[in-house]
Amino acid sequence: MTKASSIIKKYTMTIALVVVFIFFTVLTNGRLVYAQNISNLLLQNAYVLVMACGMLLCILTGGNVDLSVGATLCLVGAVAAQLMDQNSMGALPTILIAMLIAAVIGIWQGFWIGYIHIPPFIATLAGMFLFRGLGRVVLASKTVNIQNEAFLNTFISYIDVPGMDTKSFHVSALIVGVAVAVLLTVLMLSGRAKKVKKNYAADSLVTTLVKVIIIDALIIAYCWKLANYKGIPVMLLWILLVVLIFAFITMKTAFGRYFYAVGGNEKAAKLSGIDPRRVYFWAYFLMSVLAGFSGLLVAARIGSVDGNMGNSYEMDAIAACFIGGASAYGGSGTVSGIMIGAILLGVMNQGMSIYGLPDEWQYVVKGAVLLAAVIFDVVSNHKVGKQ
Amino acid sequence: MPDNILVMQSITKLYPGVKALDNVNLEVQRGEIHALVGENGAGKSTLMNVLSGTIPFGEYEGKILFNGSECQFKRIHDSEKLGIVIIHQELALIPELSIGENMFLGNERNGKLGIDWNETYSQATKHLEEVGLKDKATTLIKDIGTGKQQLVEIAKALSKNVKLLILDEPTSSLNEEDSKMLLDMLLQFKKQGMTSIIISHKLSEVAYVADRITVLRDGATIETIDNEDRTIDEDRIIKGMVGRELTNRFPAREHKVSEEIGLEVKNWVVHHPIYTEKQVVNGVSFHVHKGEIVGFSGLQGAGRTELAMSLFGKSYGSGISGREYLNGKEVHLKTEEDAIEHGLAYVTEDRKTNGLVLIDTIAKNTTMARLKKVCDKHGVIDVGMENHVAEKYVKVMNIKTPTVQQLVGNLSGGNQQKVLLSKWMFADPDVLILDEPTRGIDVGAKYEIYCIMNDMVAQGKSVVMISSELPELLGMCDRIYVMNEGSLVAEMSRDEATQEKIMGAILHSDKKGISEEQKEA
Repeated sequence: MTKASSIIKKYTMTIALVVVFIFFTVLTNGRLVYAQNISNLLLQNAYVLVMACGMLLCILTGGNVDLSVGATLCLVGAVAAQLMDQNSMGALPTILIAMLIAAVIGIWQGFWIGYIHIPPFIATLAGMFLFRGLGRVVLASKTVNIQNEAFLNTFISYIDVPGMDTKSFHVSALIVGVAVAVLLTVLMLSGRAKKVKKNYAADSLVTTLVKVIIIDALIIAYCWKLANYKGIPVMLLWILLVVLIFAFITMKTAFGRYFYAVGGNEKAAKLSGIDPRRVYFWAYFLMSVLAGFSGLLVAARIGSVDGNMGNSYEMDAIAACFIGGASAYGGSGTVSGIMIGAILLGVMNQGMSIYGLPDEWQYVVKGAVLLAAVIFDVVSNHKVGKQ
Repeated sequence: MPDNILVMQSITKLYPGVKALDNVNLEVQRGEIHALVGENGAGKSTLMNVLSGTIPFGEYEGKILFNGSECQFKRIHDSEKLGIVIIHQELALIPELSIGENMFLGNERNGKLGIDWNETYSQATKHLEEVGLKDKATTLIKDIGTGKQQLVEIAKALSKNVKLLILDEPTSSLNEEDSKMLLDMLLQFKKQGMTSIIISHKLSEVAYVADRITVLRDGATIETIDNEDRTIDEDRIIKGMVGRELTNRFPAREHKVSEEIGLEVKNWVVHHPIYTEKQVVNGVSFHVHKGEIVGFSGLQGAGRTELAMSLFGKSYGSGISGREYLNGKEVHLKTEEDAIEHGLAYVTEDRKTNGLVLIDTIAKNTTMARLKKVCDKHGVIDVGMENHVAEKYVKVMNIKTPTVQQLVGNLSGGNQQKVLLSKWMFADPDVLILDEPTRGIDVGAKYEIYCIMNDMVAQGKSVVMISSELPELLGMCDRIYVMNEGSLVAEMSRDEATQEKIMGAILHSDKKGISEEQKEA
């Protein structure tokens, strides 16, 4: 009984995701699982997935958030669009310059917050106005279209292997899916074997196998859907790249550990030789870089940039983190958790859109889910703390 | 037939898997000071939580009789109405509010329109006089020291018309002088007919102040000892607490002090971080040999913590000057990281606020001060190795926990302190500064920490021990420095030092003059 309840507790959000997914699949008469919709699910929410990684770092430092990311996204997207439109610059230099600007924004934000101790809420609120305004200045208050093929292909094309893939079925996607599944199986089993050999604590063989089989099945099923649509989208690879890098940083590196330490107890971290200023700086620097990158992804996907692009996107990223179990007080939260949160949000968004729920009610539902998630987090942690 | 103000009968409290209280009986006579002692986890706080209604009626078994009638407290408010007031170890005052506002928080003096501030402050002033506090009732809490804050808590209790005052470790953050003052005040209140229960780890204080002493061990009442004539032997109490004779409170050590010097400081000056013109440490020079434990004694505010933290990579103060040598070489430590790299460690006096990440695991806390040691050259953590290291320290330090994945916040005070020490042992310093290393932990855990300190010096490390408990300094140190108001005022060897000499050194240096009577303390 305690074992079952602890499993439920550990995987609450995963279970919630499954339930919500099935709910919307039934509600939309299966339209949610059409190949096209499955393929679009992650692409439409690319900016949430990418920015949630950076937002997690900010939240880890003590429940702080970055309100400026929607504006940063717009400014960077605007610069990229104008460079290609007005100056007919090539894709590569455009991307480099855009990312450079994102980095400059990151240094600006990180410096004020980390080294001058401006409260993050205020510094990023100021940034939200600043960069939104600058974005519109760059666009001269117009909508700028993106016609550069190379730029668009970098972000929104699909992988198509000539001779192997056909219009109706992209075998390459399925092959990649199976390959990834096999690789993952080998990695997880060998990782467990290594742990057992060194006498470290490890999951039982059955638990590991069950986990591997479920994950493999999901990967292959997902790739099957992709194969039935247009194949593997390049944007998916970009998302995976970012997510894997940040999962690695937060789980496996000393650099990542410092975010947890500072958020858990800043004074103790400082007296342990960790410089909190540096940690704050990096959190907001990386957040801005990811916001800038999202700007490119979103601009490419929409095909144009206007002054309202990215409006309230910061709230999606923040919501994904809190739904995904990041603590509102800082110091705890994982990349895998916030990915679940982001996908849960995405499934709800898409499910409600396909079902045709009016926009106003979509907001109501999202608000309720966010509140419920955080209430659950606070209440369940409180109980643990008491015992 | 004794006149009992409080009788607690067969109190039993179960937590899932643990019997926190097992058939506990407590009788408190009217007008006495009753001490409740026991090791951490013996059930003292749980018992008081039952009494105050923090653990509501229905969640425990047993009976509470107050003034002869049975009580069923469902919340703190119920017990306070009858005049049972508990003052917790961690003070519940709001720093940004005034003394008066704090005293009547949740119990405001209402006039016709909102709060009657004149009434509030005049009553507050009255109660402040009763506890001998001269500060104005409009002073903000953050502007007075911990000792005075403790007095404000007592004044607050008085304002609630207290009949039975419960103090949980009231002196744990006070220095000897303030502690003495507080205890004398309790004796004064006793003369006026008030009953108090005091929970304390400091047995000398218990022996000094208590009429009767009830010993708890593992959730059960062991005995109630009479101390009406104030003649009890501390070892007698310890015997009840640990269930065995603890013949030596300080483990024996071979005193093998090396000629080599581990840490030397010359003419160290530190200014206050905010009021930069105020000097907190005035040109202090001292040294510690390898294999030596050196004690720092002094009153609270003497500048010991400030000295230690400023030496540790300037983690305190401004306008720091002076020379610092580690292993004979002059160092200029600009950050905490620098200090750790050079083999210096500062183990804080406040483990919860400054020492540990309570929401992280034992493993993560253990490696925190030198995470690089479990990383490869790219900064990637070897989690397996990290757990392994943590497990080693859990074993060496005898930390009571099922696994190293346990959150530090779930451990008892003594075990938390051991995790804090593990963390700094793992950082592998040559010189350790321990600031109040045994504050708020029980006799058994204290002994273990003394043993760990002895192991450290046996390995040739230098240890600086800052402590407000004179017996422990006298029992552990090779040499003792005495500080007062930011200056070193005396240095004594192990053989010379006595409690009287140390207190004398402090008082003689203090030109403003503390009266001769208090000197006897």
